[in-house]
Amino acid sequence: MSELKKIATRDGFGEEILKLGLENPEILIVDADIGKSCKTGAFRKALSAEYHDDKNQYVNVGIAEQNAAGLAAGLATCGKIPFVVTYAVFGSLRMCEMIRQQICYPNLNVKIACSHGGVTPANDGASHQAIEDMGVLRTIPNMTVIMPADYNSARKLTRAAAETYGPVFLRFTRDAVPQIYGEDAEFEIGKAYQIQDGKDVAIIANGDTVRLAVEAAKELEKKGMTARVLDMHTIKPLDTDAVTTCINEIGRVITVEDHNILNGLGSAVCEVAAELGKGKVKRVGIQDQFGQSAPYERLLELNGVTVENIVKIAETM
Amino acid sequence: MKDVSMKELKNTATRMRMKVVDMIYKAQSGHPGGSLSAADFMTACYFKYMNVDPKNPRWEDRDRMVLSKGHVCPIQYACLATLGYFPESELDTLRKEGSMLQGHPSMNKCPGIDISTGSLGQGLACAAGMALAGKMNKKDYKVFCVVGDGESQEGEIWEAANTAHKYGLDNLIVFMDFNNLQIDGTCDEVMPNGDLGKKFDAFGWEVLEIDGHSMEEICATLDKCYVSKNGKPKCIYAHTIKGKGVSYMENSCAWHGVAPNKEEHEKAMAELNAQLID
Repeated sequence: MSELKKIATRDGFGEEILKLGLENPEILIVDADIGKSCKTGAFRKALSAEYHDDKNQYVNVGIAEQNAAGLAAGLATCGKIPFVVTYAVFGSLRMCEMIRQQICYPNLNVKIACSHGGVTPANDGASHQAIEDMGVLRTIPNMTVIMPADYNSARKLTRAAAETYGPVFLRFTRDAVPQIYGEDAEFEIGKAYQIQDGKDVAIIANGDTVRLAVEAAKELEKKGMTARVLDMHTIKPLDTDAVTTCINEIGRVITVEDHNILNGLGSAVCEVAAELGKGKVKRVGIQDQFGQSAPYERLLELNGVTVENIVKIAETM
Repeated sequence: MKDVSMKELKNTATRMRMKVVDMIYKAQSGHPGGSLSAADFMTACYFKYMNVDPKNPRWEDRDRMVLSKGHVCPIQYACLATLGYFPESELDTLRKEGSMLQGHPSMNKCPGIDISTGSLGQGLACAAGMALAGKMNKKDYKVFCVVGDGESQEGEIWEAANTAHKYGLDNLIVFMDFNNLQIDGTCDEVMPNGDLGKKFDAFGWEVLEIDGHSMEEICATLDKCYVSKNGKPKCIYAHTIKGKGVSYMENSCAWHGVAPNKEEHEKAMAELNAQLID
C-alpha cells in the first residue's frame, strides 16, 4: 500500500457524487438528515434549490428513512437516478421492506449509498454498527451489493453504480482507511480485483478489511508462503469465476469482512465451494455478536478480524 | 379532462363494479370490499379527469394513479381494461399463473400501473416522489393516490405526508377511502384513527371532506383540485362504504378479501345491473 494519507471511503463517495451530479441533472441525492456525516454537503451546496434557482437535485426528507426509499422509487419512475443516503444500518434494515417492495421488485434505478458500514461507527455503539446489512440485501433479487476498499475505488465504483441500471447498495466507512489503489485503477461491478497473486492460500476480502488481507499477505511472505489477495468489492453478483479459480488452483480460501460471518462475503464464497464439492474456506468476520462502544480496531480484535488471526489461519489450514 | 355526463359516469362506475365482482368470482380470490368503496372515485379519475394515453402507458406527461392500498387492484384493472390498456379478456386471468394481473399491482407486468404496490403504507411515498419529479421537471401532470383508512395506521403514510407538505406538492391528490373497516373489525375497534381529515390538515394539507359515493361531489372536488396551485397537497377525505353496490357486501369486514360463490355472484350482478340508469 502507498504511503499516501488515509481517507475515508465516504469522502470518495461525496466527491464523486458531486461530479456525477454536475454532469447529469437526473442524478439526485435523497438525504435523511445525516447528509453531513455522509458527505453530501458539497452536492447540496452546488445542486440544491436552497442555493440555486435553476438547480433542483437535492432532497432531504428528515429522519424518515422508509419514506426516503419510497420517494426515491417514485422519482426513479420519472427518469431520475436517486441516491438515498444514510448510515448502513438504517439504509439496509430500517428501509429494508421498502427497498424490497418499491425498488427491487419493480427493478427501479435507485442507489442506496451508506456511510458507517460495519463496526466503523465504533464508539456510537452496537445500535449504529451495521453487521447484517450486506447479507440481508444480498438475499433480495435484483439488488447489487458493493463495498469499496479505499478512496479511489470508492469513487470509481460510485460512478459505475450511477452508470449501471438497477438497484445498488454501496457501503462506505466512517473512518479514514489506507489508500490501496492509484487514480488509474479500473473497477468493474461484479469482478474481483486481484491485488496480488500467490499459490499457498487465497485471501478474499472486501471493504475496510482489504488492507488487513494485504498486510497478512506480507507477513505470510516472510514465512515463506504466498497469498493471492482478491478485493471482492461486489458480493452480489459475486465473481464466482474468480472464487472457482481460487478453489481449483489453490484450494485454501480465507474470507475477510467487516460484517457478520453469517450471510455476507464469507457465506457467498462458501456457497461456491460447497457446490463445487471441494476447497476449504475459513471465514474471518464479526462472530455473530453485537458490538459495543469501543475503538474500531479493538472491535475488530474482539472478533478476530486481525492480521495476526488471518496469518494464523493460513498457517494452520 | 373529458366531457362526460353525470349519468354516463355513474353507469360506468356501476359497470366497473360488475367487472370487479366478475373477475374476483372467476379468480375465486381477491378483495371486493375495498375495490367497491373506491369504485366511484377511480371511475371519475380514469373516465373524466386523468390525462393518459392507453396506447402509451409510460408517456412522460401522463397523470399518475398509485393504489397505495394495492389489494384493491381489481377496480384499477377494470378501468384500465375498459380504456384499452390491454384486452378485456385478460380480466378473466386475475391472479392466475402467468397473468399480467397479479394479486397486487406489478408495474412491469401490467401496462398502466405506475408503481408496484401491495405492502400497505408504502404507495404514498412513491406518489409523492412522482409528484416531486413533476415539480422538478416543471410538468403539469397530477398524481392520484388511493389510501385506505386502515392503511393510515402505517407510519410511513405520515412520513410521506410531511414530505408532500415540505415540497408543496399541490399536484398530489390523495383519496382517503374512509370506509371505517379493516380485517379484524372496524377501525374504531382495531386501532381508532380519530379524524383523518383533521390529521392531514395538521400536516399542512388541504382537506376536502365528501361523500365518496356522490359522483357530483367527487367531480366538484376534482374540478377544484385540478386548478389549485396553492402549494398544498390535497386530501379528499371521503366517507365511503366498504362493499358499496352489493347489498350483502356493504359494511362487512367479511368481504375484505373473499370471493363470492356462484349464487352470490349472480345476486351481485343482478343488483348492480339494476343500478344502471336509462
